[in-house]
Amino acid sequence: MSFINYSSREINCKIVYYGPGLCGKTTNLQYIYNKTNPEAKGKMISLATETERTLFFDFLPLSLGEIRGFKTRFHLYTVPGQVFYDASRKLILKGVDGVVYVGDSQMERMEANIESLDNLRQNLQEQGYDLDKLPYVVQYNKRDLPNAIPMTELEEALNPTKVPAFEAVAPKGVGVFDTLKAVAKLVLTELRKGS
Amino acid sequence: MTQQLVMYEEELTQITTICEVLQRDSNARAVLVIDKNGQAFANAGEVEQLDITSLSSLTAGNVAATGAIASLLAEKEFAGQFLEGQKTSYHVSIVGQRVIMVVLFDERSSLGLVRLRVRKASTELVNVLDALAKKAASGTQPSVFSEITDDDIDNLFND
Repeated sequence: MSFINYSSREINCKIVYYGPGLCGKTTNLQYIYNKTNPEAKGKMISLATETERTLFFDFLPLSLGEIRGFKTRFHLYTVPGQVFYDASRKLILKGVDGVVYVGDSQMERMEANIESLDNLRQNLQEQGYDLDKLPYVVQYNKRDLPNAIPMTELEEALNPTKVPAFEAVAPKGVGVFDTLKAVAKLVLTELRKGS
Repeated sequence: MTQQLVMYEEELTQITTICEVLQRDSNARAVLVIDKNGQAFANAGEVEQLDITSLSSLTAGNVAATGAIASLLAEKEFAGQFLEGQKTSYHVSIVGQRVIMVVLFDERSSLGLVRLRVRKASTELVNVLDALAKKAASGTQPSVFSEITDDDIDNLFND
């Protein structure tokens, strides 16, 4: 749920990065955090296990500049990807304004990709959202790995509605900001339409 | 249509006043009002050293997790939480099922006093939130988005 504060002249939106375990959701946020000017970001919070697997969520508040005197602030969240953290994933989707689905390009992760995408759709439905009506983009991460599946196959399996999709190598930043900009733009456009 | 929560100057002033009165009357260090999705609305007291954005996000996550535990136990909600620290204690209450009120206090106050004052402040806060919801739903206030063009949005993302 976006929050428009007319008093402090701010537009606040929530973006959630979703995807199977170890697909690179946290890595996306870490890259964004490392490459953003200190004045445009808040503290990045990671609620992770001792082995650095996301336990509840990662959180990164980010400013993307001003529109007509209103500051645009985006709260980026990741969900825990591991299957058994489903209850936590549902909570993090509450109030979402835009979704990034991060898929893992590796052949052996295709089943996990599909399962996670079905889980996203299902969990959104439970919260009263329809993935097809939300600002939504897809990112295919780990494109640099030798066992990466061709893009056409990934698109066919994971992006039947043909939303904007981006190839990424998250630790190197390839595609990371393109993905963020695309979803942020869709969120603002949707807010404008809804006004 | 995307759900939107709006805050206007008039209601923000009223909520801030409620926070200030609560902070003073309960001898608290600080008071925060946060929406259930983790957006900070208003605050009062010693907040200069606080990372309000992080506190708000974590509190909302905590409240969401507690709410999910409540439903697993067939409880409607756990309306309040109290965490006792050596120096600072943290009292959280859900107000009108919509917003979260956080009171941070130290040895200058007590849990009993905080609970008592929070109850009064909650009633006042519910009234303001009701008025805010009516105002936003009436559509009489101009929307910022009526002025924003597609070009404005494009320009935000030009490098």
